Amino acid sequence: MRAKDLLGQHGEMLAAGFLETQGMRIVDRNWRCSDGEIDIVALDGDTLVVAEVKTRRSTAYGHPFEAVGAAKLARLHRLASWWCREHELRVPYRRVDVVSVIDDGVGEPQLEHLRGVG
Amino acid sequence: MGVGRSYSVALLGLNGYIVEVEADIGQTLPNFVILGLPDAALNEAKERIRSAAQNSGIPLSRRKITANLIPASLPKRGSGFDLAITMAVLRAAGDIRSTAKTVFIAELGLDGRLRPVRGILPAVMAAVQAGYPEVVVAQSNEAEACLVPGAKVRGYRTLARLAFDFGADPQDLALDYDPEDSQPADEETPEGPAPDLSDVSGQGEARRALEVAAAGAHHVLLTGPPGAGKTMLAERLPGLLPDLADREAMEVTAIHSLSAVQASAVSLVRRPPFENPHHSATAAAIIGGGSGLPRPGAASRAHRGVLFLDEASNLGHTSRFRQPLRVPKARNWLPKPIMAAC
Repeated sequence: MRAKDLLGQHGEMLAAGFLETQGMRIVDRNWRCSDGEIDIVALDGDTLVVAEVKTRRSTAYGHPFEAVGAAKLARLHRLASWWCREHELRVPYRRVDVVSVIDDGVGEPQLEHLRGVG
Repeated sequence: MGVGRSYSVALLGLNGYIVEVEADIGQTLPNFVILGLPDAALNEAKERIRSAAQNSGIPLSRRKITANLIPASLPKRGSGFDLAITMAVLRAAGDIRSTAKTVFIAELGLDGRLRPVRGILPAVMAAVQAGYPEVVVAQSNEAEACLVPGAKVRGYRTLARLAFDFGADPQDLALDYDPEDSQPADEETPEGPAPDLSDVSGQGEARRALEVAAAGAHHVLLTGPPGAGKTMLAERLPGLLPDLADREAMEVTAIHSLSAVQASAVSLVRRPPFENPHHSATAAAIIGGGSGLPRPGAASRAHRGVLFLDEASNLGHTSRFRQPLRVPKARNWLPKPIMAAC
């Protein structure tokens, strides 16, 4: 496995743990379909949360949040629909969150969480 | 965090209006939105501001930044709002202390330097009149802004220095950065001595007519065969006019500050201007105009001076002056005297 994939996996693990401390229940990880992949699916009360995790070693090439563009957001919303259809789940509310993880491998990793983007 | 606030001035022609800039930082993905009828140049401010702040050592928040220019219905043009928006955003992020009623008018360079903008004199005049005497401008605009009585002007070279003075954390600021002036020092085109009526030999009647016109600010029509000396005489009329008084000088300098011809003014225009538009000039070039932001034409630039319409019969726009000449208020803004030769 390549280093960047390892870092991504590590970041997703940290993010999942972080979302759980925020009171969310993780229901799925790395769900894939032909349209793409959802990093984390979680339930926040009666809201279905589709979370995208972006991990970086540093902000030298931009902040992780800056890597989430309009096209990516649109795909995440689409994927959320696909996920619900496949699991035959009807939820009253749905939102897309983004978690950024900056982990230089030395200090504490820094996590930031944006709720309900775009 | 919260809402940051600062002030700037929008110019519509010569009239300036105080614009309140408020900035909000929202908890969502990075984005930068400017509201309040910005034109293309003002919309590009986002990129200038991001780079300038980054390179000055006070990077902007990586969240959604919304800047609102109030009143929203007033169209805003140009790059002079860069600095005010930046200060409002930095304030919203808590990077600097409140800027209170300070007015900011300057363009930003990508490296964080403050660049001069046009129309500083009328903008600062408007700010002072509206009760906002504290003004921050680019250093190369400082001399021009200082011409306004009652203005408390501060000129800065870089955003880092300005942010420091408003309480930004000096640790990361690029305080040592001192950009060289990219604009070459205004090369004064060495003008010969202004043509004087004493150069003219003979033409006694014409000279007397010019003197009377100059004394009473009358319009003059010069007719005669080609080569009779109409143009030569007309060019020598401004030499007869006295220097402009303080208020007149302010008006004239403000107009010249708006027109693209002159860079930043460093002193008041004291001599009555002389405008000599070519007879093929368009109506807009002579009476001013333009879509959106009206720009002064030759008639406005000749304010308090002389407008010389050579070959007036070929001009085709002389009817444009009929209405202004009849309306007393507009008449004040027409140059006196208007001279026409045909």
